[in-house]
Amino acid sequence: MVWLLIVVPLLAAVLAFAVSSPTLRAWILPTVGILHLGILLVALTTWRTLPATAWFGLDALGGWVLLVISVLFCICAFYAPAYLALRPDRDHRVLSTCLLGFLGLASLLAQARHPGIAWVAMETTTLVTAPLIYFNHNRRSLEATWKYLVIGSVGIALALLGTLFIAYAAHMGGLQEPLRYTRLMENGALLSRPWLRAGFVLTLVGYGTKMGLAPLHTWKPDAYGETPGIVGALLAGGVTSCAFLALLRIYAVVGAAGEGAFARELMVAFGMLSMAWALVFMIRQTDIKRLLAYSSVEHMGILVFGIGIGGLAAKFALFHLAANALVKSVLFLSAGNIHRSYASKQLPFVTGAIRRTPVSGWLFLLGFLAITGMPPFAPFLSEFNIASGALSTGHILGGTAFLILLGCIFLAMSETVVQVVFGTPSAQRVRTPYKDAPATTAPLIVALGLALILGIWMPRPLQAMLDHAATTVEGVLSARMEVQP
Amino acid sequence: MMPDLLIALTMLSNFSLVATSRVSKAIQFAVLQGVLLGLMPLAMGLGRHFHIVLLAIAAVTVKGWLIPFLFRRALRQVHIQREVDPYIGYTVSLMLCALGTGLSLVLAHNLPLKAGTEYTLLVPASLATLFTGFLLLVSRRKALTQVVGYLVLENGIYLFGLLLVEDMPALVEAGILLDLFVGIFVMGIVINHIRVAFDSTDTRHLAELKD
Repeated sequence: MVWLLIVVPLLAAVLAFAVSSPTLRAWILPTVGILHLGILLVALTTWRTLPATAWFGLDALGGWVLLVISVLFCICAFYAPAYLALRPDRDHRVLSTCLLGFLGLASLLAQARHPGIAWVAMETTTLVTAPLIYFNHNRRSLEATWKYLVIGSVGIALALLGTLFIAYAAHMGGLQEPLRYTRLMENGALLSRPWLRAGFVLTLVGYGTKMGLAPLHTWKPDAYGETPGIVGALLAGGVTSCAFLALLRIYAVVGAAGEGAFARELMVAFGMLSMAWALVFMIRQTDIKRLLAYSSVEHMGILVFGIGIGGLAAKFALFHLAANALVKSVLFLSAGNIHRSYASKQLPFVTGAIRRTPVSGWLFLLGFLAITGMPPFAPFLSEFNIASGALSTGHILGGTAFLILLGCIFLAMSETVVQVVFGTPSAQRVRTPYKDAPATTAPLIVALGLALILGIWMPRPLQAMLDHAATTVEGVLSARMEVQP
Repeated sequence: MMPDLLIALTMLSNFSLVATSRVSKAIQFAVLQGVLLGLMPLAMGLGRHFHIVLLAIAAVTVKGWLIPFLFRRALRQVHIQREVDPYIGYTVSLMLCALGTGLSLVLAHNLPLKAGTEYTLLVPASLATLFTGFLLLVSRRKALTQVVGYLVLENGIYLFGLLLVEDMPALVEAGILLDLFVGIFVMGIVINHIRVAFDSTDTRHLAELKD
């Protein structure tokens, strides 16, 4: 049944391309989103052991990541019809098709049991998301699309080389194809060390480029800055999660092969660097969407940092994937609303949002507080546990630096956010007809509500899934939990 | 013998790629490389495996016919002939390419190969071609030449993949080939939009976004 998760969105993408009525087409998005989430939830409640020979199937890790993407897609999809109605000048045939295509390919990636298939899915995801960035059809978005396409393709090419290196490591160890993740993990001890290490470095750099880890994030502020908020939300929470999953699969193989210490160090270093780099560019950032892009760089850093620390921190890094995706959708979509209202996303022009668009202004403010780790929202829970995981496992320096960086990032972001939300309205602002309406704010309130609930209470099945996913990431195969396709 | 000759030709074409200023020449060399590499599995005497023959045919079709078709179309649209004023000049590029090739040989020397591997040149050639692709990507201004760089990069990866060609699942190989084609197709579309928007395909114009 899980194959429906791939087929339904892809068929819907074809349908969206064929339908000529814009209103009808816009409503395909939420319909498919809710259908996808429903199928996924049913699939996740009926766990069975997957035969080792399967090419596709959901395990706890893939299921968790896909659940995050599916919920995020739903939020964005329910926001879409109202948003697209605000942009009657722009044809959204390509946008709708590519959004649905992305959902299908993300489902393929989550279910891939072979690194080669995962790579193909990831590369195709890059290609279908590139036209999304070009939605505004102007010079700036064109520049962003070109950078996204070129930098992303090079990164993903390096990931392919890394995947081939790991396949060669197995080849030298006498393992035969098909080298599914399970086989690679079970026979970890046989893998050739130099090729495995080189392969991991390349996949980290390659998929890290897609995630937007510093210093390979250069496409990110441009891409997120020039796209509609809805695409920004899906890129920041969806595409990056896909790349993170592809990386985690390789990380698990490296861990199972007993080279975990090597991989951990690299992850921690990359994480710290991303957070520090993001901080530098957040200071006095006047463009709200670019500010969010750097926040995304920071949070990708938090994810790999947590995974690198391991144990409790790794589990909460996976939890942070959900927390970040939910809150980022609130931030990007409310920033999109503010952008609509002011016809600008730059600081001297966008001030006093709380008076002009009260709901979006509040959501932007609350989203900012949530993402920087204010209790009781979900990011607080994950960031707190990652820090305490680091400090309690002897990473005193890393844990302290992590907390200091979080504090500085809060200060850097607050300077811009406070002006946007509370500042005195600028005299030279443009009047636009945009007003906050339930259709453009309700999905955001739901997302923020979910982030709040997750920060306080975690349903037991999700808890179990997260535990299993965390053990898989650490390279332990015993706790396998998979769904038959 | 034959495979080593093909590998040597590939490495030589790397030098021609970085030394030429004509965009159409660069495209021809990259295509030539792709076709040579597509034929490699047959030269390696793997013609008895049906799926490998099929994939070799697919690779030669995509790299020798479909991709050149896309490039020709793009060239017609953008009317450019020469790469003017690259970020890194041709002489320096050539020297860098030689340096990269040398480093690849040293690097490959330090990586162990499976006992009994016949084609010891594959790994250094792969790294050298990869490096050439990178060089083209970062040192050229025209968007089309950057796409050529991407194609050369992929050729380098394909060279390494030849070490595993007997083993690799056909599904994965076909997927990689398809992605390469679609990737270049999408880049071609974007280049055409760049031409319409800026009246040029010089990536120098793409420098508006920064902090």
